[in-house]
Amino acid sequence: MSDVTVTSDAALETRKSWSRRLRARFLRSEGLRGYVLLSPTLIVMGITMCIPFGIMVAMSFWSQSGFEVDTAFTLKNYQEAIDRPLYEALLIRSVMISGTCTLATVLISYPMAYYVAFHVHKRKLLWIILMTLPFWTSYLLRVFSWKIILGYNGVINSGLKSLGLIDEPLTFLLYSPTAIVITLAHAWAAFAILPIYVSLEKIDRSLLEAAADLGEGPVGRFLRVTLPLSLPGVIAAMLMIFIPTVGDYVTPALVGGPDGLMLANIIEVQFGRVNDWPMGAALSIMMMIAIGLITVIYVWMTRMITRRIA
Amino acid sequence: MRNISYIDKPNRTLMVYALVYLAFLYIPVLFLPLFSFNDSIYISFPLAGLTTKWYGQLFANEPMFASLWNSVKVGIVTSIFSTLLGLFAAKAVTRYRMPGKAPVVFVIMLPLVIPYIIMGVALLILVNRMGIPLSLFTVTMGHILVCVPFAMATMIPRFEGFDKSMEEAAADLGENAWWTFWRVTLPIVFPGVLASLLLCFTISFDEFIMAFFLAGTEPTLPIFIYSQLRFPQKLPGVLALGALILVVSFIVVFISQWLRRRGSDDFTSSEV
Amino acid sequence: MSGNDAYIRIVEVSKHFGDVVAVDTINITLSGGEFFSLLGASGCGKTTLLRMLAGFEAPTTGEIYIDDAPMSEVAPHHRPTNMVFQSYAIFPHLNVRANIAFGLRVDKIDKAESARRVDEVLELVQLQGFGERRSNELSGGQRQRVALARALIKRPKVLLLDEPLGALDKKLREEMQLELRSLQKALGITFIFVTHDQEEAMTLSDRIAVMSNGRALQIGSPKALYNAPDSIEVADFIGKMNFLDASVSDVEKDQAVLDAAGLGKVNAASKADFVRKGANIVVAIRPEKLIISADRPGEGRAAVQGVMQAAAYLGDRSHYYVSIDGAEKPLAVAAQEVDTSLSQSLENDAKVWLSWADDALVLLPRG
Repeated sequence: MSDVTVTSDAALETRKSWSRRLRARFLRSEGLRGYVLLSPTLIVMGITMCIPFGIMVAMSFWSQSGFEVDTAFTLKNYQEAIDRPLYEALLIRSVMISGTCTLATVLISYPMAYYVAFHVHKRKLLWIILMTLPFWTSYLLRVFSWKIILGYNGVINSGLKSLGLIDEPLTFLLYSPTAIVITLAHAWAAFAILPIYVSLEKIDRSLLEAAADLGEGPVGRFLRVTLPLSLPGVIAAMLMIFIPTVGDYVTPALVGGPDGLMLANIIEVQFGRVNDWPMGAALSIMMMIAIGLITVIYVWMTRMITRRIA
Repeated sequence: MRNISYIDKPNRTLMVYALVYLAFLYIPVLFLPLFSFNDSIYISFPLAGLTTKWYGQLFANEPMFASLWNSVKVGIVTSIFSTLLGLFAAKAVTRYRMPGKAPVVFVIMLPLVIPYIIMGVALLILVNRMGIPLSLFTVTMGHILVCVPFAMATMIPRFEGFDKSMEEAAADLGENAWWTFWRVTLPIVFPGVLASLLLCFTISFDEFIMAFFLAGTEPTLPIFIYSQLRFPQKLPGVLALGALILVVSFIVVFISQWLRRRGSDDFTSSEV
Repeated sequence: MSGNDAYIRIVEVSKHFGDVVAVDTINITLSGGEFFSLLGASGCGKTTLLRMLAGFEAPTTGEIYIDDAPMSEVAPHHRPTNMVFQSYAIFPHLNVRANIAFGLRVDKIDKAESARRVDEVLELVQLQGFGERRSNELSGGQRQRVALARALIKRPKVLLLDEPLGALDKKLREEMQLELRSLQKALGITFIFVTHDQEEAMTLSDRIAVMSNGRALQIGSPKALYNAPDSIEVADFIGKMNFLDASVSDVEKDQAVLDAAGLGKVNAASKADFVRKGANIVVAIRPEKLIISADRPGEGRAAVQGVMQAAAYLGDRSHYYVSIDGAEKPLAVAAQEVDTSLSQSLENDAKVWLSWADDALVLLPRG
C-alpha cells in the first residue's frame, strides 16, 4: 500500500517538476514566446499559400485528360510550354507590357511624390490619403471605367466626335496592348507613389542645404543628392508594380482584346474551358520563375549601378 | 512646424503637375457615376438626359442583392480574422527578439507581391485535391491570405510607436498576458485595429480574381458585376452599382487611412 | 517582514545576449527593509539585473530567490516585486486614479476599498487633487510620482526603481531623493534602485553595488565604499581619488612599510592578502585627506613638499593641484575654506607642504 503511494507520489513529483521545468524554459526563451504568438498567422499562411504552392509544383509534373488527373511524374507540360511558341510569345508580351507600364507609372508618379514630399507643408496627411486612395477601391471597376473611356463609342471617341475633332472613332484606343498599359498605369500609380514618397520624405533637408552652400543649383541638387537618395524607393516601387502586373488577368480580359492577351488569360483557360490543370500549374510555375529571374537580374543590376554612383 | 527654407520654395510647375495628376487619378473613375445618370444604355457623349431609373432598377435586382450580401459576409469574416492574425503578428514582430524574424516577415508579406492569379490557382488546386467544394468559405480563405499582410503592415507602426514598458508595467502590476492585452495593448493600438478592419473589409469586398477562382455557386459582388459586363443592356445598372460601391469605398478607406495615420506625425512609415 | 535575513538572494546570475555578456556572475544577498542601489555607468548591466529581478529577462545561468522561492518559475505578474520604470510607462488612455488603481483588479479589491487606497497613496506621494488628470497633462515629476504610487499601492515586498529620477532637473531630483528616502524608511520595504549618479546612490542607500561590465565590483555601505574601496575602479568611480604607484618594502602584522612614488617611505595599515613584501601595489588618498600648508607641518606627521600647479576657488572649498617629484600626475587636494588667510598665501608655483594621517592611505592592488 505505502509502496504504491510512494511511487505515485514520486511520479506526481516528477511530472510536476517536468512541467515546472517546461514553464521555466518557456519563460526564459523570448524567441519561443514570440513564435507562439506568431504561430496562428504562420499556420494560416502555410495552409493558404505555402502548401498550395507545393501542391502546384507537384501538379505541374502530372497530366490530365478529361476529368482524370494522372499523378505519374512527367515533364510533358513543361515540354509543351517550351515547344509551343504561343506560350513564349505570351510570356514575352506580358513582360514587355508590364515593363512599359512599370516605367510609365514610376515616371509619372515621381514628380507627384516629389511635390508632396518637398512642397506640401500643411495638410500633408490629406494629400497622402488623396493620392493613395484610388488604389484601395475596386480594381475591377477601375479597369472597367477605362473600358468605357477608351471604347469605340466610349468617352474619348464620342467626346472628340461631338466636338467635331474627328469623324471616325479612333480604333487603336481599345483592345490593344496600349490600352492595357494605360489602364495598368492608372491602376497602379496610386501604389507606386508610396515607396517613392517615403524615400523622398526621409532625405535629410540639411543635405540639400549643404549642397546649395557648396554651389549646386536646383538641377544639380536634384541630380546629385535627391535622385540618388530616392533610388531605393524607386527600385522598390518598380518591383512592387512589375511583379503583380505580369500576372494580371482582369485588365487584358477587359481591355486587351485578342492582341492584348497575356499569360494570365491562358492560365485561366487551363483551369476553365480547357480543363488541363497540370498545364495551368506548369504555366504558373514558369511565370513565377520568369518573374523571379527578372527580379534577381534587376536587383543585381541596380546594385551594380548604385555602386558606381556611390 | 518646419521653417520653409529656400530649398522648399513653392514651385508653380510642380503644383500644376500635381493637380493634373490627381485629376488623372480621379477623373476616369468619375465617369462611372456620371454615366449612371445617363438616360441611355450607351456610354457616349453627348449625354442623352439625366435619370435615376438605373438606380431604381438596382433595388429590384434580386441576384445583385444576393451577391452583395455574400460579399458583405465574406468581407466581415475576412476582416476580423485578418486583423486578428495581423495583430498577433504585429505584436510578435515588434516586441520579441526571435531568430529568423526577417525571413518570416518576408514570407508573411509575400502575398503583396505575388500575382493574385497564382495564389488563386494554387489555393484552388489545394482545395480541389482535398475534396473541399468551392464556396464562400474557400473565397474567404483566399481573402484572408491576401489581407493579412495589409493588416500587419497597418498595425506595426502602432506597436512601434508605443512604449514597450507599458505592457511590462501591466505585467508587473499583476496582469497576465491576456489581461495585459485587453486592458492596455488593445486600447492603445485600437485606432490601428479599426483601420485594419476597415481596410481589410474593403479589400475583400472589392477583390475579384481570387474570388473568381475560388467561388462556387454563390457569387460575390465583383463576380456578379463581371458576369453582367457582356450584356449591353445591363451596363447602366452596372454603372449605378459601381458608382455606389466607389462612393462607399472611398469613404471607408478615407476613414481607415485617417485613423491609421492620425496621431503619428511620422509620414515616413513604410509600406502602405 | 523586515529584518528577515537573506530575503533576496541573487546567486551566480549571468545574462548573455548572444555573444554579449550583459551580466556576469553576480552574487548579492539582501535583507528586508534595505535601500540598495545598483550603481554604474551605462551598459554596466545594472538595468538588466533589475529586469531579471522583475522577471522581464530570464537569467542565462544562476537563480534569483525571493523569500527562498526560486523566481525562474515565476512569471513577472506573479512576483512579489513592483517596478517604477525609467520612462514611467503611465497608461495614456487612463487618468491618474485609474492608473494607480490598475494593479488592484488582480488582487480583487472592490471599488470602495480601491478608491480609499488610491486616496491614501495619492496623499503619500503628494498628488492629492490630480486624480482626474491624464498622462499628457502631467509634468515629468508628477508622472514619476504617479508611477511610484501605482507601484506602492500594491504593497510590494520589493520595489524596483529604474533610474526614476534621471529625467528630472537637478533641484527636483534632489527633492525627490529626500522624499524617496523618507518614504522607504516609513514603509520599511526593500528598495532596489538603479542609477549612474554616484552622489545619488551615496545619498539614498544603505548599501551600494558598484557595477562595471556586468560584474559587481564591490558591495558595501556608502562609507565603506568611500573609505575602503577594494579596487582602483571602485576607488575612482566613487568620488575623486589620487593614485600613486608603490612597492611594499616590509610587512609586519597589520602594518606595511611602502615606498610610494613621490611620497617616499610611508606607513599604512593593511590586512589585505595582496600586501606582501616586494609586491607592487597602488597607494590611494582622497583629496580632502591631504592637508595643505605653506610651512612644514609638525614633527611626526608624514609630509612631502611640492609645487603648486593650479588652484580653483569654489567658494566653500578650494581645489589645488600640487606636483610632487616622483609622481606622474599632480595630486588633487581639497581644502575647506575655513581660514581664508591660508588660500591667500597659496599661489601658483609656490612651494607647499602636503601632509596626511597614516590611516588616510588606502592600499589597492595594481591593475
